Amino acid sequence: MKKTHLKRVAAIAIAAMMAGTALAGCGGSNSSSGSKSESGSADGAKGSVYWLNFKPEIDETLQSLAKKYKEAKGVEVKVVTAASGTYITTLTAEMDKSNPPTLFVIGNQQGVKDWGDFALDLTDTAIAKELNTDAYNLKDADGKLVSIGYCYECYGIIANPTLVEKAGHKMEEIKNFAGLKTVAEDIHKKAGELGFDAFSSSDMDDSSSWRFTGHMANLEYFYEEKAAGKTWTECPATITGEFLPNYKNLYDLCINNSLTAPADLSAGGHNAEEEFINGKAAFFVNGSWEFAAVSEKVPNAVMIPYYCGVEGEEKAGLNCGTENCWAVNSKVSKEDQQATIDFMVWLVSDTDASKTMVEQLGVMPYKNAAQSTNGFLNNAEAYTKDGCYVMDWATNFQPNVDEYRKDLVSALNAYNADQSDANWAKVKEAFVDGWAKQYKAIQE
Amino acid sequence: MIQASTTATDAAKKPAAKKRKASFKTGHSSMTKRSMRKWAWLFIGPVFVSFIIGFLWPFGQGIYLSFCGKFSVISDAHLKGIENYVKAFSDETFFHAFWFTALFAVVSVVLINLLAFSIAYALTQGVKGSNLFRTIFFMPNLIGGIVLGYLWSMIFDGLLDLWTTQNLVDNATYGFWGLIILLLWQQAGYMMIIYIAGLQAVPDDMLEAAKIDGATKTQTLFKVIIPNIMPSITICTFLTLTNSFKLYDQNLSLTGGKPARLTEMLALNISNGYSNMATRGMAQAKAVVFFILVATLGILQLVSTRKKEVQQ
Repeated sequence: MKKTHLKRVAAIAIAAMMAGTALAGCGGSNSSSGSKSESGSADGAKGSVYWLNFKPEIDETLQSLAKKYKEAKGVEVKVVTAASGTYITTLTAEMDKSNPPTLFVIGNQQGVKDWGDFALDLTDTAIAKELNTDAYNLKDADGKLVSIGYCYECYGIIANPTLVEKAGHKMEEIKNFAGLKTVAEDIHKKAGELGFDAFSSSDMDDSSSWRFTGHMANLEYFYEEKAAGKTWTECPATITGEFLPNYKNLYDLCINNSLTAPADLSAGGHNAEEEFINGKAAFFVNGSWEFAAVSEKVPNAVMIPYYCGVEGEEKAGLNCGTENCWAVNSKVSKEDQQATIDFMVWLVSDTDASKTMVEQLGVMPYKNAAQSTNGFLNNAEAYTKDGCYVMDWATNFQPNVDEYRKDLVSALNAYNADQSDANWAKVKEAFVDGWAKQYKAIQE
Repeated sequence: MIQASTTATDAAKKPAAKKRKASFKTGHSSMTKRSMRKWAWLFIGPVFVSFIIGFLWPFGQGIYLSFCGKFSVISDAHLKGIENYVKAFSDETFFHAFWFTALFAVVSVVLINLLAFSIAYALTQGVKGSNLFRTIFFMPNLIGGIVLGYLWSMIFDGLLDLWTTQNLVDNATYGFWGLIILLLWQQAGYMMIIYIAGLQAVPDDMLEAAKIDGATKTQTLFKVIIPNIMPSITICTFLTLTNSFKLYDQNLSLTGGKPARLTEMLALNISNGYSNMATRGMAQAKAVVFFILVATLGILQLVSTRKKEVQQ
């Protein structure tokens, strides 16, 4: 009798274990911190923080900051990072759970439209009072402060002055497209004897194409905006492509004076960053987040604007903006909201915490945050101080962005393989008509 | 000698009768049976529960969502009607993906099965080292689809470099054949194992009888062997057909739909629609249509090949 009883207990235990392992596979695959059960109820009165982060590269830093905050203030902070490219789908799923994120990211106007209902109006909150500019904030049509920038970034062309000088030129020569072209073409011509080339590879695979279909494309949108004398506040239904020839100027210069033959770019597999760091190329199209990686071996690297042959571009600055904007969930308890705002204030005002954040993220536009150590962002500020115009991130308005960029990549690939006018016409089609097409695709 | 076909009911009855006999012979007592019945839930239960949570429930929810308007989170979705289906059916990329997938399925089903059967046939002729070859042919199947896609894209680009400036992602025709070769390489080994099992089960006395009757090798193959391995053919065509239709990982990593969504297959087309809130409902509607399509095809194919199976 006893024996069968024992058997039964064992059987049930095994069954429970099986069910457990079977179900474990179903959930939580994208959670990188494991403190799910601890958060929430335990400190119910105090409130807790759950940050859904969208940048995998800063996950480690955020996890350590969360731990520090728990030690300092005794408040539980859970940080979950969505896997690369899955932020929106992760947010969709997490928002529906009983313990949804209290802190998440709404990075652009499309996000404001889609997720604005979930955002607390941050006007006059403690964190809003810490800001030193409202340039990176996002508001909805009614003026509700939906999200606030926690850092900003910039992009342009990263240059290695040492190599430029080795080739017999000076950085001062590069004040516009003509100057850039002269230097780049000369370096490319002498690449054999110099041992380095002008531009690092501009691969068109998914890990690199965004530098051209997202970032460099910004110069076209920006100058179009500027010519019309306004700043976009929502995605326009159509664009004219008036400045596409300027995009072509810079793009052609990049692919034709580079380490890699244009026809090989579609396959990818070159490491542009490595090429630049190891002194194989004098120019590298990328952004301020590269500073840490680049400055170790090229400490004097500087970032210069996208010179592309537009009139008056001697006064151009870098492309500055952000998609790093915090929103606080309006549908969680008051305690959780308060705890979240307290945590945000700590991040931007505590000496150590803000220093860690700044090292990882660039500049934080807050009164009491640590100073930036990022050379490229300092370049951006220097340009602004000299009275140059900042090229804002109009590229953030690209409609149905993934599809839009995919079509553009395909067209650019065809052009890379054969730089004919017919193929450029296809690039123009993807760039301009593609915009209208994707805009239409996402309307109700 | 060989019964071409028996009725379905006969087929169902026979194994059951066999089993009853077998259980009597090996002495399965009624007590074991009772305890089997009693404990069956223990073994079926966990899988069944996971199946409901991981498959049936989301599946039902998916059908519901396909009839909803634009939604941010699922609990926020509201019924709206068949609008998403109208959108899905007026989406030309969906149609392109459908025809591309259909063509891909036809070509890959034929090629994979021919190749797998040929290898299986060759490796059951008592050649030295058969086991080693079987293992090697099976191995590609152990590598995940995503990894395979990236590996093969490098191989193809390297090969294409020999005679053209275009890469795999620049040309839809290359992309199509690239996918076929990849899938052929990956799946032929798996199907081969199934065919080998089928070939080994062909009764020796039948083969001997055929030999004595003076049948040539070809005659033996088509009149004896193939009718006898129809169950293997059924399962292999079913697997290759549904695998081809559902292909996703390899498509994503090998071509990603490039150029200009021309090599996008159905599953990738659907998942691409999910990235934007405005097209989510449509993507969900496509997914329901996709399910019906794959299920119908699978069942039709099963029924039609089952009819050709023989009773031994």
